[in-house]
Amino acid sequence: MHELSLADEIVRMVEAAAVREHFKRVATLRLEAGALAGVEVPALRFALNAIVPGTCLEGAQIYIDQPPGRAWCVRCGAEVTITSRADPCPLCDGYPVQVTGGSELRVLDLVVLND
Amino acid sequence: MCIVCGCNNPEDHGAHEPAAPVVLDPSAGDLHYGTGTARASVPGLSQTRTVKLEADVLSANQRLANRNRAHFTAHGVTAYNLMSSPGAGKTTLLCATIEALRRRTPDLPLAVIEGDQQTRLDAERIRAAGAPAIQVNTGRGCHLDAQMVGDAFARLDLHAQAHHHGHRHEHAHEHTHDHNSPEALLFIENVGNLVCPALWDLGEAAKVVILSVTEGDDKPLKYPDMFAAATLMLINKIDLLPYVNFDVARCIDDARRVNPGIAVLQLSATRGEGMQAWLDWLLRKEAAQQARS
Repeated sequence: MHELSLADEIVRMVEAAAVREHFKRVATLRLEAGALAGVEVPALRFALNAIVPGTCLEGAQIYIDQPPGRAWCVRCGAEVTITSRADPCPLCDGYPVQVTGGSELRVLDLVVLND
Repeated sequence: MCIVCGCNNPEDHGAHEPAAPVVLDPSAGDLHYGTGTARASVPGLSQTRTVKLEADVLSANQRLANRNRAHFTAHGVTAYNLMSSPGAGKTTLLCATIEALRRRTPDLPLAVIEGDQQTRLDAERIRAAGAPAIQVNTGRGCHLDAQMVGDAFARLDLHAQAHHHGHRHEHAHEHTHDHNSPEALLFIENVGNLVCPALWDLGEAAKVVILSVTEGDDKPLKYPDMFAAATLMLINKIDLLPYVNFDVARCIDDARRVNPGIAVLQLSATRGEGMQAWLDWLLRKEAAQQARS
């Protein structure tokens, strides 16, 4: 549900970059939505598609990298991949695990059309 | 001649690298043209260029939250972000808390920022209980954000109360605060939602998640982001335990699985059980903050 707020913020960040960097149109937008970022990627795509008409992102290709959730198991000391914060360690079934990666939603870069 | 490299055999080489990427520091607006492999920017040679941002989407909210946090600290205000599903009892708990604090610490300034999609019903209940409240209506929004909380805080009596001054003044403060000035409590009642508010820092001292026994004991595993973000879990409506299948021990165990350090209190806002321990927690954290200042 909050994907619309996040999409709004992404568009705002790109529009601010457009002013600073003097571009009008974006060809490609690359985002990163980690598995533990709390973002439903299809919902984010849907929200972005709904709000980009009329902005510099209209018509842009949007790529969303989805790095896996990474964590460190307190019990066995292994660095593991998890899909949610509630997961136990996939190796030893222990918990808790401490999240070490895959929890961010970021705008990575844009390919923009030169004026 | 090839206009890119100046050689006489433009047919012999393939396409040249696009113009050097422009690296941007989003917060300072700095530009760096020398980061491409050629260490130079050659404008006008390509149709497109890459602009790197590598910026967290929540960074703007984070900056506002940090500003709120500094503002609260400077004013001696301890702020709590109360979150739960709709109907878990946040507003009833706040009304009971306000009444209990008025008895126990009558001089302690209190205020509430109420978040709902629509209506002023909750702010009115808080005011009837005896504390100032600002209602924030989010419309279709599902969570409060740092901007809303900053705007609401500026409108609260707590702001002027904590200053001890009668005059109105601009946001930028020229004077520093006497650390012996009384502390104050600000409760932020978030929109009823166990999902979205977990991601938005409001500048609070701590997030508190309220789970009532009628909602089922499996919520910490079903909504791990919320329980991972909270400092305290309040299990509410314990007076109803005889009538529902709620395994308290399992719920606490699951909450500690996603957040080993989470504190847990059990209470009934309507009957009063557990309220003193909740007040102890509120006032102890505030004392800890006072000790730090």
